[in-house]
Amino acid sequence: MSTLFYISSLIAIVATIMVITRYHPIHALLYLVVSFLAVAMIFLSLGAPFIAVLEVIIYAGAIIVLFIFVVMMLNLGKDTALQEKEWLKPRVWLGPSLLVLLLQGELIILLLQQEGAAMPVTVVDPKKVALSLYGEYILAVELAGFLLMAGIVGAAHIGKHKKRNLHRFLQNGNGAGEASDVTRQQKQAESVINN
Amino acid sequence: MSSFNVSTVLIVASILFVLGLIGVLTRKNIIFMLISVEIMLNAAGLAFVAAGAKWQQPDGQVMFLFILAMAAAEVSVALAMVLQIYHQHKTMDVEELKELKD
Repeated sequence: MSTLFYISSLIAIVATIMVITRYHPIHALLYLVVSFLAVAMIFLSLGAPFIAVLEVIIYAGAIIVLFIFVVMMLNLGKDTALQEKEWLKPRVWLGPSLLVLLLQGELIILLLQQEGAAMPVTVVDPKKVALSLYGEYILAVELAGFLLMAGIVGAAHIGKHKKRNLHRFLQNGNGAGEASDVTRQQKQAESVINN
Repeated sequence: MSSFNVSTVLIVASILFVLGLIGVLTRKNIIFMLISVEIMLNAAGLAFVAAGAKWQQPDGQVMFLFILAMAAAEVSVALAMVLQIYHQHKTMDVEELKELKD
């Protein structure tokens, strides 16, 4: 069980490194699927089979499919990869990633300093999770329902393809209207003079 | 059934979280920033599940379910916003999106 955990965590870390360094969005998404499947394997080795199944279905299934649909709708091709290669210069990422890696080193040293508690692998079965979910966490489940409803309505509203609308002072072609007003006044003045 | 150390699981979760954080900090394409946020949420869920497995309680898995629901709602709204941004600005660069007016 522990060798399984080590192998899958190594795969997860390598795949995640590949995700954040790819230029092409589809390549990054493929590595992201591998990373999520490896994390599902970690969950299985930690004794949480229900969560492992949900990770495969929802993260590696639904969310990745959403990303792939958006990449297909935006028609991101080789141009985007070239642009991203231009944006991702070492001068940009060297500073922040160095500082963040220092912070992570501190965290790992802190975690390694305390004597390790052994972790017995026992399966927490889905029945226990479901009883807890619909017992003491029932209010939070209803709040999650509100959140998903708000997510649906918000996504439908924002994603609606609407025209780029101007401010109300700029609507009705105000500049052109003034010009036509001026010409009309000139015509009126000319007609008065002629009469 | 062999057992392993608690701190190794936490180290793996923190490495994944920091990789997601590096992605958010360094990429400029908005789709890659969203992917990195997903990686960070997944790492946080891994820490929750590890804590639940350590004390053999279902609470960690319940927290992971809530993180999953939140991530699904967040990614749907954010991808709709990405579509709108691309239709209006014709770019994925976050530097170009300094103004939130329409």
